[in-house]
Amino acid sequence: MPLIQVNDLLKDFASGLLNKQHTTAVDDVSFSIEKGETLGLIGPSGCGKTTVGRLVLRLIEPTSGQIFFDGIEITRLKRKEMRRLRPRMQMIFQDPESSLNPRMKTGESIAEPFRLGLRGKMNKSEIRDRVLDLVDVVGLNPEHVNRYPYQLSGGQNQRVVLARILAVNPEFIVADEPTASLDVSVQAQILHLIMDLKRDYDLTMLFISHDLEVVRHMSDRIAVMDKGRIVRIESPNEI
Amino acid sequence: MLLDIINLKAHFPTQDGMVKAVDCVDLSLGERERLGLIGETGCGKTVLGMSIIRLLQPTTMIEGQILFKGKDLLKLSEEEMRRNRGKEIAMILQNPTTSLNPVLKIGDQVAEAIQLHQGLNKKEAKEKAVEMLESVRIPEASKRANQYPHELSGGMKERAMIAMGLACNPTLILADEPTKGLDTETKAQIVELLKKMTERKSMLIITHDLGVAGQICDRIAVMYAGELLEEASSEAILNRPAHPYTQGFINSLPVKGLLPIRGSSPSLIDPPQGCKFHPRCDSAVEICRTKHPEMVNLGNGHSVRCHLCH
Repeated sequence: MPLIQVNDLLKDFASGLLNKQHTTAVDDVSFSIEKGETLGLIGPSGCGKTTVGRLVLRLIEPTSGQIFFDGIEITRLKRKEMRRLRPRMQMIFQDPESSLNPRMKTGESIAEPFRLGLRGKMNKSEIRDRVLDLVDVVGLNPEHVNRYPYQLSGGQNQRVVLARILAVNPEFIVADEPTASLDVSVQAQILHLIMDLKRDYDLTMLFISHDLEVVRHMSDRIAVMDKGRIVRIESPNEI
Repeated sequence: MLLDIINLKAHFPTQDGMVKAVDCVDLSLGERERLGLIGETGCGKTVLGMSIIRLLQPTTMIEGQILFKGKDLLKLSEEEMRRNRGKEIAMILQNPTTSLNPVLKIGDQVAEAIQLHQGLNKKEAKEKAVEMLESVRIPEASKRANQYPHELSGGMKERAMIAMGLACNPTLILADEPTKGLDTETKAQIVELLKKMTERKSMLIITHDLGVAGQICDRIAVMYAGELLEEASSEAILNRPAHPYTQGFINSLPVKGLLPIRGSSPSLIDPPQGCKFHPRCDSAVEICRTKHPEMVNLGNGHSVRCHLCH
């Protein structure tokens, strides 16, 4: 059984009050992702790939269609049930600065899932140790835990985001253009880190990007999207 | 030479110390030459561009000379500089979304410079603005001219920025990250447009995208931690890079294998002694840690700042 199964997904955005204008951002999209697999999702801006990423995690509600996560139809879950499932699925956003709380030090951000008890009861020193472990895993130095996001570079902040994601111990990650705002050499570092983490933590991934070369490096299969539809799904060598 | 930058320094005093964003840069640009200034975030390339058009904050400490047509721009009064800006030297700023005025119509923003420098009245300037928008291939230009920036896509806004920069037919064009934030397809269109619109013109393109620079420019200069490390024809930089940093930079491109350079860019307040790249360089030897290398000419206009390249 695939970890992610999406059937006939449709998302309609309506705008305007009286003369409603409908935009179908995602139209009849179906795909599945096996456990441990990375599915690349590629297409020009505005093709609906980010919307698909958000739908799969149910950060927005689909107009119709089904999404299964580990056999559970998440489109039917109540808010509370969905929230219990959330730690198992996480998202890496394009801009690390805006995904971190600017008023929290790096260490506090990474510690939050532990403090909330998502990984069982822990005392302060246990939390500290776990945070330092993760900081090391993502290639930051211990002194970085006392910095605020504005004191770190884009690449360092994206590492913080990754540490925080690992803190909740997810199984599935949607990475939405995780290196779009980074320099080429930093991009290469972060993509390698994501590949390493995926292998070490046995993660399943939906990797969204408009850069074919990047997607090719990251994915086992690649879905090509255009105007809201998936036009084909192929192996990286075929595209 | 149209533009001759000699021993330029641009330093910012901050609480933590002096940020040496541009440190002893020599750079020349010939008539009808297109030069790419390549480097990563925070290497000082935008500051270098901003110091040419003199748009840095007044607290910046600038030393050296920027000779434009033989005249030192740093010695001009603010009023003289203002007469040059847009007309002689134009800058296409990065991030059109934040660089365009959100409450002014596109056409009026393009017309502003035209009215100021070409002595046209408002109506004529607006007509010329529409022509400019057409020339950068914005469809239905007269309709678009009456729209606000938020009604245009990213690619369209970038086209409007280019129209604005070229509106007064400037002698020198500075383009700062003209393809930032655009998707692959739009990027290719903008590169094509820029290339065509700046034929037989002088342009300095500031970018971290080596592909973009390679397609448009005759020559490429590589900047790292406030100084130039290598300068050569685009062809030589792309195919025979001499400096280990340039080599690493190229190898980190997804098409070239996505091999990262280890470590991260140094602080511009307290850069490493010796060669500024040595802590990240796999070939570094003793002299790299102690002695700052000079720019050495390898012949054929290829120069490099590295102890190991002769």
